Amino acid sequence: MTNKIVIAELTKGTVNASTAELVSAAQAMGGDVTVVVPCTDASMADAVSGYDGVAKVIAVKSDVFAGNDSSGWASALDSAMPAGTVLFLATARSKDVAARLAARRGLSVVQDVVSIEGNNLTSPIYSGKANQTVAVNGDAVVSVRANVFSGVGSGSSNDVSVVDASGDVKTAVQDVMERASARLDVSEANIIISGGRGMGSPANFSHLEAVADTIGAAVGASRAAVDTWEEIPHSMQVGQTGKTVNPNLYIAVGISGAIQHLAGMRSSKYIVAINKDADAPIFQHADYGIVATWEEALPVFQDALSSLLG
Amino acid sequence: MNRTLLEDLIEMSTIIVLVKQVPDTNAKIAVQGGRVDLSTVKMEMSPYDGFAIETALRHKEATGGTVTALTVGGAGTEKILKDAKAMGVDNIVRVWDDSWSELDSNALQSVLKESIESLGGTAVYCGKSAADTGAGSTGPGLAERLGWANASNVIGAEFGDAVTVSMPVEAGVAKVSVPLPAVISCDKGDFKPRKANVKGIMMAKKAQVELITASAPASTVVVASHSMPAAKPAGKTFEGGSSASQVVQLLRDEANVL
Repeated sequence: MTNKIVIAELTKGTVNASTAELVSAAQAMGGDVTVVVPCTDASMADAVSGYDGVAKVIAVKSDVFAGNDSSGWASALDSAMPAGTVLFLATARSKDVAARLAARRGLSVVQDVVSIEGNNLTSPIYSGKANQTVAVNGDAVVSVRANVFSGVGSGSSNDVSVVDASGDVKTAVQDVMERASARLDVSEANIIISGGRGMGSPANFSHLEAVADTIGAAVGASRAAVDTWEEIPHSMQVGQTGKTVNPNLYIAVGISGAIQHLAGMRSSKYIVAINKDADAPIFQHADYGIVATWEEALPVFQDALSSLLG
Repeated sequence: MNRTLLEDLIEMSTIIVLVKQVPDTNAKIAVQGGRVDLSTVKMEMSPYDGFAIETALRHKEATGGTVTALTVGGAGTEKILKDAKAMGVDNIVRVWDDSWSELDSNALQSVLKESIESLGGTAVYCGKSAADTGAGSTGPGLAERLGWANASNVIGAEFGDAVTVSMPVEAGVAKVSVPLPAVISCDKGDFKPRKANVKGIMMAKKAQVELITASAPASTVVVASHSMPAAKPAGKTFEGGSSASQVVQLLRDEANVL
């Protein structure tokens, strides 16, 4: 049973709570679990020092972790980590670093894992239209989707060792254009409300934004909406050629449920569909379906949310 | 050979774009006997590869050089190379050895590294992920093996001694200077893939696919089985807009997500 090394996920400079899910995933594979915290300040490791079921915590301190250069991340982590199977959270940056680290160590990488049985790892393929189970022989680098495993508890007091590391940064950031809206990106939201061509016009997406503001959701769109209206950017697209998401709640408004779209959101925990066509395929995947126009349903939905959460 | 010409030759960009054949993204996928059955599914170039080809062609148009489209696969994958040729790439290369079946990421990236070194590549473009596994491992993994820089999910690029790319980061969109040689993976962004014209399609028909091979280490990750995702239990359906308030209540009491 080889060592399992969990790389803590950083979100805006702090340890993401889904790191506890990675420890559960590592336990499902078996072996001692070491948590490695990439950090610019060793105190960032405090967030995981209480995790149950952890043999060791290593805070790897390096300036490279303030940036996004995957070469810098992979080389700094590699220099400070023992051998073993490595687990990352399946986010855009971490999947990149995972691939780099695997290549650096001559290992294979298995991305977007949603189920683990010993050395058998399952990931969605064709954006979730099917699952693929692979058997891993020896060490590998693995990324695990968020919201799939329940996280380990907290209450232990693990020793934290601190290692200073340097990394081989190859690219240089020249400028960052801050996101215009403070609204969440669909890839990082727990709740998503998406609109399709049934919204009638891009201006009507303001009604989705109003609901999103009430419940702290991200606003997404179907490919049909993105292709039809220039005002709806591809960064909002959920589906096989957009983003694959698995939030706790996905609200599809005026979306018929093309196979492309279903592929990107079917793994959401709960799905609400609002569509005027009772035969729309989206209803076959919805936990709660509302057969109505969005003009009728959304104001009622919004009012009920406001009085519930207000 | 005079010195200027020699320098020109040395500095000539050899741009390589990686393409992959995948099932049509609009197709239904079925599983038979524990394996995905693609016998009735149309195969096509992975959609993001079109953005990679467009970006590679613009790189060549800005700096000179050649663009080579490369795929790893059996003879059945040559159609996507012809499609790339029709869009305007100069050369098309297929890498294969009949002893290969499934290559894990370590084997595939080793094959790509050797192929790109033998072709003398100075910049490599690929889609941000392929529409089959969606893993997105090839760009960064290949860059590490070559010792090159990489940038992923790129949505815009300007070309010079380095490539300045636009890519999404936590705070928004970053402009990042990527020194060459580098591997750059492309998302749908500023560049719309050009359509093949009649001349391109005619040239593609006549074009020869260059066949090369490389050495692949044994795979340590092997596919055990495929399965369909578990079907969801039937949900509750309500008629009329006024039922939306009932649904909100259920989201709180039953689903516990609000």
